[in-house]
Amino acid sequence: MTTIEAPRSRPTRRRGVNWEKWGWLYMRFSGILLVVLIFGHLLVNLFLGDGVSAIDFAFVAGKLADPFWIVWDTLLLWLALIHGANGMRTLTNDYARGKLRVVLLVLLAGATVVLLVLGTLVLTTFDPCIGDSTVDALIEACAAQ
Amino acid sequence: MSSQAARSGAATAGRIPAPKRPAGTLYRGREGMWSWVLHRITGTAIFFFLLVHILDTSLIRLDAAAYDAVIGTYKTPIMGLGELALVAAIGLHALNGLRVIAIDFTQWGVKHQRLMFWIAIALWVVLMLGFAPRHLMHVFGGE
Ligand code: HEM
Repeated sequence: MTTIEAPRSRPTRRRGVNWEKWGWLYMRFSGILLVVLIFGHLLVNLFLGDGVSAIDFAFVAGKLADPFWIVWDTLLLWLALIHGANGMRTLTNDYARGKLRVVLLVLLAGATVVLLVLGTLVLTTFDPCIGDSTVDALIEACAAQ
Repeated sequence: MSSQAARSGAATAGRIPAPKRPAGTLYRGREGMWSWVLHRITGTAIFFFLLVHILDTSLIRLDAAAYDAVIGTYKTPIMGLGELALVAAIGLHALNGLRVIAIDFTQWGVKHQRLMFWIAIALWVVLMLGFAPRHLMHVFGGE
Protein backbone atom coordinates (compact mmCIF):
# COMPACT_ATOMS: atom_id res chain seq x y z
CA MET A 1 0.00 0.00 0.00
CA THR A 2 1.07 3.57 -0.45
CA THR A 3 2.61 5.20 2.58
CA ILE A 4 2.40 8.86 3.45
CA GLU A 5 5.72 10.58 2.77
CA ALA A 6 7.51 12.57 5.46
CA PRO A 7 6.36 16.16 5.82
CA ARG A 8 8.07 18.60 3.43
CA SER A 9 9.74 15.83 1.44
CA ARG A 10 10.39 16.76 -2.18
CA PRO A 11 7.36 16.23 -4.36
CA THR A 12 7.92 13.39 -6.80
CA ARG A 13 6.58 14.39 -10.20
CA ARG A 14 5.66 11.53 -12.42
CA ARG A 15 5.18 12.00 -16.12
CA GLY A 16 1.76 12.10 -17.69
CA VAL A 17 -1.56 13.58 -16.65
CA ASN A 18 -1.90 14.15 -12.92
CA TRP A 19 -5.35 12.56 -12.55
CA GLU A 20 -5.44 12.89 -8.79
CA LYS A 21 -5.00 16.63 -9.11
CA TRP A 22 -7.85 16.90 -11.61
CA GLY A 23 -10.03 14.75 -9.37
CA TRP A 24 -9.20 16.98 -6.43
CA LEU A 25 -10.07 20.10 -8.43
CA TYR A 26 -13.24 18.45 -9.76
CA MET A 27 -14.50 17.83 -6.20
CA ARG A 28 -14.18 21.51 -5.45
CA PHE A 29 -15.56 23.02 -8.65
CA SER A 30 -18.43 20.57 -8.93
CA GLY A 31 -19.13 21.25 -5.22
CA ILE A 32 -19.67 24.95 -5.91
CA LEU A 33 -22.01 24.23 -8.83
CA LEU A 34 -23.83 21.56 -6.83
CA VAL A 35 -24.71 24.03 -4.10
CA VAL A 36 -26.78 25.96 -6.67
CA LEU A 37 -28.14 22.90 -8.48
CA ILE A 38 -29.09 20.91 -5.35
CA PHE A 39 -30.64 23.74 -3.38
CA GLY A 40 -32.60 24.84 -6.45
CA HIS A 41 -33.78 21.23 -6.85
CA LEU A 42 -34.80 20.96 -3.19
CA LEU A 43 -36.43 24.39 -3.18
CA VAL A 44 -38.72 23.65 -6.13
CA ASN A 45 -39.50 20.00 -5.33
CA LEU A 46 -39.53 19.90 -1.54
CA PHE A 47 -40.18 23.42 -0.26
CA LEU A 48 -42.23 25.64 -2.57
CA GLY A 49 -45.89 24.88 -3.24
CA ASP A 50 -47.03 21.77 -1.40
CA GLY A 51 -43.57 20.30 -1.06
CA VAL A 52 -43.31 16.53 -1.17
CA SER A 53 -47.10 16.03 -1.22
CA ALA A 54 -47.29 17.71 -4.64
CA ILE A 55 -44.91 15.35 -6.42
CA ASP A 56 -46.47 12.94 -8.91
CA PHE A 57 -46.23 12.12 -12.61
CA ALA A 58 -48.04 15.31 -13.64
CA PHE A 59 -45.74 17.47 -11.53
CA VAL A 60 -42.63 16.00 -13.12
CA ALA A 61 -44.13 16.06 -16.62
CA GLY A 62 -44.86 19.76 -16.12
CA LYS A 63 -41.27 20.44 -15.14
CA LEU A 64 -39.77 18.37 -17.96
CA ALA A 65 -41.92 20.20 -20.52
CA ASP A 66 -39.46 23.05 -19.98
CA PRO A 67 -35.97 22.54 -21.49
CA PHE A 68 -34.60 24.61 -18.62
CA TRP A 69 -35.31 21.79 -16.16
CA ILE A 70 -34.03 19.11 -18.52
CA VAL A 71 -30.69 20.93 -18.67
CA TRP A 72 -30.77 21.54 -14.89
CA ASP A 73 -31.52 17.90 -14.05
CA THR A 74 -28.95 16.58 -16.52
CA LEU A 75 -26.23 18.78 -15.01
CA LEU A 76 -27.32 17.71 -11.54
CA LEU A 77 -27.21 14.03 -12.52
CA TRP A 78 -23.71 14.15 -13.99
CA LEU A 79 -22.07 16.51 -11.53
CA ALA A 80 -23.55 14.91 -8.39
CA LEU A 81 -23.07 11.28 -9.41
CA ILE A 82 -19.47 11.75 -10.52
CA HIS A 83 -18.70 13.86 -7.42
CA GLY A 84 -20.25 11.23 -5.16
CA ALA A 85 -18.58 8.33 -6.97
CA ASN A 86 -15.17 9.98 -6.85
CA GLY A 87 -15.69 10.65 -3.14
CA MET A 88 -16.63 6.98 -2.59
CA ARG A 89 -13.46 6.03 -4.48
CA THR A 90 -11.48 7.95 -1.86
CA LEU A 91 -13.27 6.09 0.94
CA THR A 92 -12.75 2.74 -0.76
CA ASN A 93 -9.03 3.45 -1.12
CA ASP A 94 -8.90 4.44 2.55
CA TYR A 95 -10.75 1.50 4.07
CA ALA A 96 -10.53 -1.50 1.71
CA ARG A 97 -7.45 -3.56 0.93
CA GLY A 98 -6.34 -6.03 -1.72
CA LYS A 99 -8.91 -7.86 -3.79
CA LEU A 100 -11.88 -6.40 -1.94
CA ARG A 101 -10.74 -2.90 -2.86
CA VAL A 102 -10.52 -3.77 -6.55
CA VAL A 103 -13.94 -5.46 -6.52
CA LEU A 104 -15.52 -2.47 -4.81
CA LEU A 105 -13.93 -0.03 -7.23
CA VAL A 106 -15.17 -2.02 -10.22
CA LEU A 107 -18.69 -2.16 -8.75
CA LEU A 108 -18.58 1.56 -8.07
CA ALA A 109 -17.48 2.41 -11.60
CA GLY A 110 -20.05 0.02 -13.10
CA ALA A 111 -22.95 1.42 -11.06
CA THR A 112 -21.91 4.97 -11.91
CA VAL A 113 -21.76 4.37 -15.66
CA VAL A 114 -25.07 2.47 -15.71
CA LEU A 115 -26.88 5.17 -13.74
CA LEU A 116 -25.41 8.00 -15.82
CA VAL A 117 -26.64 6.33 -19.01
CA LEU A 118 -30.03 5.43 -17.51
CA GLY A 119 -30.62 8.91 -16.08
CA THR A 120 -29.56 10.65 -19.27
CA LEU A 121 -31.83 8.43 -21.38
CA VAL A 122 -34.79 9.12 -19.11
CA LEU A 123 -34.23 12.86 -19.29
CA THR A 124 -33.72 12.99 -23.05
CA THR A 125 -36.46 10.57 -24.14
CA PHE A 126 -39.14 11.48 -21.59
CA ASP A 127 -42.68 11.05 -22.98
CA PRO A 128 -45.34 13.16 -21.20
CA CYS A 129 -48.15 11.29 -22.95
CA ILE A 130 -47.79 7.98 -21.07
CA GLY A 131 -49.71 9.49 -18.14
CA ASP A 132 -52.17 12.19 -17.12
CA SER A 133 -50.90 15.71 -17.17
CA THR A 134 -52.08 18.95 -15.60
CA VAL A 135 -50.41 21.36 -18.03
CA ASP A 136 -52.92 22.47 -20.71
CA ALA A 137 -50.35 22.59 -23.51
CA LEU A 138 -49.29 19.01 -22.70
CA ILE A 139 -52.88 17.73 -22.54
CA GLU A 140 -53.58 19.21 -25.97
CA ALA A 141 -50.35 17.96 -27.49
CA CYS A 142 -50.96 14.42 -26.21
CA ALA A 143 -54.61 14.45 -27.32
CA ALA A 144 -53.50 15.44 -30.82
CA GLN A 145 -51.27 12.38 -31.10
CA MET B 1 -1.24 20.93 2.11
CA SER B 2 -3.62 23.12 4.03
CA SER B 3 -2.33 21.81 7.36
CA GLN B 4 1.22 22.65 6.33
CA ALA B 5 0.23 26.19 5.58
CA ALA B 6 -1.48 26.35 8.96
CA ARG B 7 1.62 25.13 10.76
CA SER B 8 4.04 27.51 9.05
CA GLY B 9 1.55 30.31 9.66
CA ALA B 10 1.52 29.50 13.37
CA ALA B 11 5.32 29.23 13.47
CA THR B 12 5.77 32.79 12.30
CA ALA B 13 3.18 34.05 14.76
CA GLY B 14 5.40 33.38 17.83
CA ARG B 15 6.56 30.66 20.16
CA ILE B 16 4.30 27.73 20.76
CA PRO B 17 4.87 25.50 23.81
CA ALA B 18 5.66 21.91 22.85
CA PRO B 19 2.57 19.78 23.40
CA LYS B 20 2.79 16.90 25.90
CA ARG B 21 0.47 14.70 23.88
CA PRO B 22 -0.01 14.69 20.11
CA ALA B 23 -1.69 18.01 19.54
CA GLY B 24 -4.47 18.90 17.16
CA THR B 25 -3.69 20.15 13.70
CA LEU B 26 -6.09 21.35 11.05
CA TYR B 27 -7.27 17.77 10.59
CA ARG B 28 -6.59 16.06 13.96
CA GLY B 29 -8.84 16.62 16.93
CA ARG B 30 -11.42 19.33 17.52
CA GLU B 31 -13.45 21.01 14.79
CA GLY B 32 -11.13 20.06 11.94
CA MET B 33 -11.48 16.34 12.57
CA TRP B 34 -15.15 16.28 13.42
CA SER B 35 -16.06 18.31 10.37
CA TRP B 36 -14.17 15.73 8.32
CA VAL B 37 -16.00 12.85 10.02
CA LEU B 38 -19.34 14.53 9.37
CA HIS B 39 -18.35 15.26 5.78
CA ARG B 40 -17.55 11.58 5.14
CA ILE B 41 -20.69 10.22 6.77
CA THR B 42 -23.01 12.70 5.09
CA GLY B 43 -21.30 12.29 1.70
CA THR B 44 -21.70 8.51 1.88
CA ALA B 45 -25.34 8.72 2.94
CA ILE B 46 -26.19 11.15 0.16
CA PHE B 47 -24.40 8.96 -2.39
CA PHE B 48 -26.48 5.88 -1.54
CA PHE B 49 -29.66 7.92 -1.59
CA LEU B 50 -28.68 9.25 -5.02
CA LEU B 51 -28.30 5.69 -6.38
CA VAL B 52 -31.83 4.82 -5.25
CA HIS B 53 -33.24 8.19 -6.30
CA ILE B 54 -32.03 7.87 -9.91
CA LEU B 55 -33.65 4.42 -10.09
CA ASP B 56 -37.02 5.49 -8.65
CA THR B 57 -37.13 8.62 -10.80
CA SER B 58 -36.42 6.54 -13.90
CA LEU B 59 -39.90 5.02 -13.52
CA ILE B 60 -41.20 8.34 -14.89
CA ARG B 61 -40.12 7.13 -18.33
CA LEU B 62 -41.81 3.74 -18.08
CA ASP B 63 -45.14 3.98 -16.30
CA ALA B 64 -47.01 6.91 -14.75
CA ALA B 65 -48.94 4.78 -12.25
CA ALA B 66 -45.80 2.98 -11.11
CA TYR B 67 -44.05 6.30 -10.62
CA ASP B 68 -46.95 7.68 -8.59
CA ALA B 69 -47.00 4.54 -6.44
CA VAL B 70 -43.31 4.75 -5.62
CA ILE B 71 -43.27 8.48 -5.05
CA GLY B 72 -46.30 7.95 -2.83
CA THR B 73 -44.05 6.16 -0.36
CA TYR B 74 -42.00 9.37 -0.13
CA LYS B 75 -45.04 10.99 1.48
CA THR B 76 -45.35 8.50 4.36
CA PRO B 77 -44.27 9.60 7.87
CA ILE B 78 -41.18 7.39 8.00
CA MET B 79 -39.92 8.51 4.60
CA GLY B 80 -40.85 12.08 5.51
CA LEU B 81 -38.49 11.89 8.47
CA GLY B 82 -35.92 10.33 6.16
CA GLU B 83 -36.21 13.33 3.84
CA LEU B 84 -35.65 15.61 6.82
CA ALA B 85 -32.47 13.67 7.64
CA LEU B 86 -31.43 13.82 3.98
CA VAL B 87 -31.82 17.59 3.80
CA ALA B 88 -29.93 17.87 7.11
CA ALA B 89 -27.10 15.75 5.68
CA ILE B 90 -26.95 17.68 2.41
CA GLY B 91 -27.05 21.00 4.26
CA LEU B 92 -24.11 20.02 6.48
CA HIS B 93 -22.12 18.55 3.59
CA ALA B 94 -22.70 21.57 1.36
CA LEU B 95 -21.88 24.19 4.01
CA ASN B 96 -18.81 22.33 5.23
CA GLY B 97 -17.83 21.68 1.61
CA LEU B 98 -17.75 25.43 0.98
CA ARG B 99 -15.60 25.74 4.12
CA VAL B 100 -13.18 23.10 2.79
CA ILE B 101 -12.97 24.97 -0.52
CA ALA B 102 -12.22 28.25 1.29
CA ILE B 103 -9.50 26.51 3.35
CA ASP B 104 -7.90 24.94 0.28
CA PHE B 105 -7.87 28.02 -1.91
CA THR B 106 -7.37 30.96 0.47
CA GLN B 107 -4.97 31.93 3.26
CA TRP B 108 -7.89 33.57 4.99
CA GLY B 109 -9.73 30.26 5.04
CA VAL B 110 -6.84 28.42 6.69
CA LYS B 111 -6.67 31.04 9.39
CA HIS B 112 -10.38 31.08 10.11
CA GLN B 113 -11.24 27.41 9.54
CA ARG B 114 -12.46 26.94 13.10
CA LEU B 115 -14.68 30.01 13.00
CA MET B 116 -16.03 28.89 9.63
CA PHE B 117 -17.00 25.53 11.08
CA TRP B 118 -19.24 27.23 13.64
CA ILE B 119 -20.60 29.61 11.01
CA ALA B 120 -21.50 26.56 8.92
CA ILE B 121 -23.24 24.99 11.92
CA ALA B 122 -25.14 28.22 12.60
CA LEU B 123 -26.27 28.51 8.96
CA TRP B 124 -27.26 24.86 9.05
CA VAL B 125 -29.45 25.44 12.13
CA VAL B 126 -31.14 28.36 10.35
CA LEU B 127 -31.65 26.22 7.24
CA MET B 128 -33.22 23.42 9.26
CA LEU B 129 -35.43 25.79 11.24
CA GLY B 130 -36.72 27.13 7.92
CA PHE B 131 -37.22 23.73 6.32
CA ALA B 132 -38.30 21.35 9.09
CA PRO B 133 -41.65 22.89 10.18
CA ARG B 134 -42.87 23.35 6.61
CA HIS B 135 -41.79 19.88 5.54
CA LEU B 136 -43.28 18.22 8.62
CA MET B 137 -46.56 20.02 7.89
CA HIS B 138 -46.54 18.61 4.36
CA VAL B 139 -45.87 15.12 5.67
CA PHE B 140 -48.02 15.03 8.80
CA GLY B 141 -50.54 17.77 7.98
CA GLY B 142 -52.78 15.38 6.08
CA GLU B 143 -53.91 16.24 2.60
C1 HEM C 1 -24.08 20.41 -2.12
C2 HEM C 1 -22.92 20.66 -2.66
C3 HEM C 1 -21.67 19.88 -2.33
C4 HEM C 1 -20.50 20.46 -1.95
C5 HEM C 1 -20.19 21.96 -1.78
C6 HEM C 1 -19.55 19.38 -1.75
C7 HEM C 1 -18.21 19.58 -1.42
C8 HEM C 1 -17.29 18.57 -1.28
C9 HEM C 1 -15.85 18.73 -1.18
C10 HEM C 1 -15.12 20.07 -1.24
C11 HEM C 1 -15.31 17.50 -1.01
C12 HEM C 1 -13.83 17.16 -0.88
C13 HEM C 1 -13.44 16.98 0.54
C14 HEM C 1 -11.99 16.60 0.68
O1 HEM C 1 -11.30 16.33 -0.33
O2 HEM C 1 -11.53 16.55 1.82
C15 HEM C 1 -16.40 16.54 -0.99
C16 HEM C 1 -16.24 15.19 -0.78
C17 HEM C 1 -17.25 14.26 -0.91
N1 HEM C 1 -18.54 14.50 -1.33
FE1 HEM C 1 -19.34 16.33 -1.64
N2 HEM C 1 -20.16 18.18 -1.98
C18 HEM C 1 -21.47 18.43 -2.35
C19 HEM C 1 -22.43 17.48 -2.71
C20 HEM C 1 -22.25 16.10 -2.64
C21 HEM C 1 -23.21 15.10 -3.08
C22 HEM C 1 -24.57 15.40 -3.72
C23 HEM C 1 -22.66 13.87 -2.80
C24 HEM C 1 -23.23 12.48 -3.05
C25 HEM C 1 -23.74 12.11 -4.18
C26 HEM C 1 -21.37 14.10 -2.20
C27 HEM C 1 -20.52 13.10 -1.76
C28 HEM C 1 -19.22 13.28 -1.36
C29 HEM C 1 -18.34 12.24 -0.90
C30 HEM C 1 -18.69 10.75 -0.77
C31 HEM C 1 -17.10 12.85 -0.62
C32 HEM C 1 -15.81 12.18 -0.11
C33 HEM C 1 -15.63 12.45 1.35
C34 HEM C 1 -14.21 12.23 1.82
O3 HEM C 1 -13.29 12.07 0.99
O4 HEM C 1 -14.02 12.24 3.04
N3 HEM C 1 -21.15 15.46 -2.12
N4 HEM C 1 -17.60 17.21 -1.17
